[in-house]
Amino acid sequence: MSTNLNTIRDLAEREYKWGFVTSVEEERVPKGLNEDIIRLISTKKNEPEFMLQWRLKAYHHWASLEKAQAEPKWANVKYGPIDYQEIVYYSAPKQKPGLTSLEELDPEILRTYEKLGIPLEEQKHLAGVAVDAVFDSVSVATTFKEKLADLGIVFCSFSEAVQKHPDLVQKYLGSVVPYTDNFFATLNAAVFTDGSFVYVPKGVRCPMELSTYFRINAANTGQFERTLIVTDEGSFVSYLEGCTAPIRDENQLHAAVVELIALDNAQIKYSTVQNWYPGDKEGKGGIYNFVTKRGKCLGVNSKISWTQVETGSAITWKYPSCILQGENSVGEFYSVALTNNYQQADTGTKMIHIGKNTRSTIVAKGISAGHGQNTYRGQVKIMKGATGARNYTQCDSLLIGDKCGAHTFPYIEVRNSTARMEHEASTSKIGEDQLFYLRQRGLKAEDAVSMIVNGFCKRVFRELPMEFAVEAQKLLNVSLEGSVG
Amino acid sequence: MSLLEIKNLHVSVDKHEILKGINLTVNAGEVHSIMGPNGSGKSTLAQALARRETYNVTSGEVSYNGKDLLAMKPEEAACEGIFMAFQYPVEIPGISNAYFLRSALNAIRKHRGLDEVDAMDFLPMFREKLKLLDMDEKLMNRSVNEGFSGGEKKRNEILQMAVLEPKLAILDETDSGLDIDALRIVAQGVDAMRNPERAILVVTHYQRLLNYIVPDFVHVLVDGRIVRSGGPELALELEEKGYSAMEAEARSATPA
Repeated sequence: MSTNLNTIRDLAEREYKWGFVTSVEEERVPKGLNEDIIRLISTKKNEPEFMLQWRLKAYHHWASLEKAQAEPKWANVKYGPIDYQEIVYYSAPKQKPGLTSLEELDPEILRTYEKLGIPLEEQKHLAGVAVDAVFDSVSVATTFKEKLADLGIVFCSFSEAVQKHPDLVQKYLGSVVPYTDNFFATLNAAVFTDGSFVYVPKGVRCPMELSTYFRINAANTGQFERTLIVTDEGSFVSYLEGCTAPIRDENQLHAAVVELIALDNAQIKYSTVQNWYPGDKEGKGGIYNFVTKRGKCLGVNSKISWTQVETGSAITWKYPSCILQGENSVGEFYSVALTNNYQQADTGTKMIHIGKNTRSTIVAKGISAGHGQNTYRGQVKIMKGATGARNYTQCDSLLIGDKCGAHTFPYIEVRNSTARMEHEASTSKIGEDQLFYLRQRGLKAEDAVSMIVNGFCKRVFRELPMEFAVEAQKLLNVSLEGSVG
Repeated sequence: MSLLEIKNLHVSVDKHEILKGINLTVNAGEVHSIMGPNGSGKSTLAQALARRETYNVTSGEVSYNGKDLLAMKPEEAACEGIFMAFQYPVEIPGISNAYFLRSALNAIRKHRGLDEVDAMDFLPMFREKLKLLDMDEKLMNRSVNEGFSGGEKKRNEILQMAVLEPKLAILDETDSGLDIDALRIVAQGVDAMRNPERAILVVTHYQRLLNYIVPDFVHVLVDGRIVRSGGPELALELEEKGYSAMEAEARSATPA
């Protein structure tokens, strides 16, 4: 920690450092979206019939939504119309079919991940973290697969899961986020290309952190990945995801879906550090991050915990949620969302209490700087049968400067009188008095700001796995660059 | 060479002139007390010397340790050894007292080309200073000033001063809001830090603090000017006569 301030300072002086482009030969499908494209994607991935049928149903549903102009407009974000026919829905680095080892992987891609600080060679990697690397539309490598397989844990790309574990995929795909869920989730169901799949068998505690690192590289493509995590009775897994993209002037669409399922006494801890390219200082370019994430606590005493640090993307539209179906199940949502320059975020969670004695905790911290607009939107719903349900919500906003905005939309719906609800909210501004106090003690203005911000986010950061917590702090400091002085 | 030399200092806040030509010389090893009624500009002088940017220096010169203090940012002044104990210490939620103080110490050490102090080396030194101020060790891991009582906050200021070991310490009404016992502990803590290399500027309303920290010089500030200077006996005289007599003198001495 002693060099913490130096590190922060060094980082604060940098621009978005993940903005490089890797030059690899790509295999892409023609731009635009129609039934042929769906069939082409499905054929390329050699999918079983049930997958193709599911995609087609989703596609037709989406087409009807698009015709009805049903793209959601209720979020507190502004952007121009998206031309869905201008997007390339599949782009993959060309590689030998049936890649079996890292030696066969394009060295350019290996170098990309190394540059991103995610070495794919297992011996070089942080002990205790297994990685699935997704490059544009496909997974290019998954580490520690064999070691995990010894415990019966499946950790592989979604494509591989469809081939090797079709029963599990068919059983759970769409069981939490149905293809009809919402405009972007429907689009994803039609065109998703890859993602990660995890299955942890009964009674197994996954001994290492599993993580997926998403990288958008190709221009004019959308990234549509899908992650499915199933934890069987009494099992536990901690999963992390990270994401970056090159600097480009045009906006790129990222519409992902994540589904989590926890059976009896199972636990899933899902952490995200989202650092998609946020656009430049004038608000040009950047990723539209329109993501549907939901977990279902299906079993008794199950627990799903979401932790997210959202610092990137031009626009974030994301509500990681929990359906608390099993009795005594627990849902948690810890979030830090930062918007600087012209970034916009509309993010929060939904906690749906169905089972008896279900509990949920929401801690959301929004930081707005520059012209950033930050919205917390959350729903807590206590259904009739959820006797003894409890929710605690804490929702804090921090403003830096006077051109940014913080907004809060909490929705609370209680249909069972035994429910106990707590809601706390605050809005504060980094004051001149706070800054002067820290500077009078010798800290530079930008170090003073990052200290105040890190303190503000502490409750969320301590939910992150260690390596991620350090990473998240650094990210915040980079993202705050230029917000003072 | 004097440690601090203030010449004809004028300071405005929100375009109101508060300090109207301060002259003051402070040598290393000396304790000066600045006294005066509410609104006389005592705190403004303290804040201006700490280089708070909302305090606008309109004219004058201040040399500190041979350097132009008015050209420095707050953090530069701090790194050069100026410390101000705040009248209203600020809360920093989520940042532990120990971490904050070590960060500050390391920022200052780095400025002076010294190695940073790691947590292991910092701890014993921190504990020793806590004892000096009769403070609970638990305060180390609590967030900076959050949920501290008024007395704890003031003690925490002096604790920081003890750790950062400034060349020039400015105490801005450190005695306000303290009960008798806390006042004694805080004042004794400050007095223990007197040494030939360090100067202390004590800004206060009341004489009582000066029973513990006996100043070498007392200056009376009225309406933005130093109207009288003297030894510690001046503080006693003030306590007896009150500021009004001094204000009347000041008015008669300045053109309307």
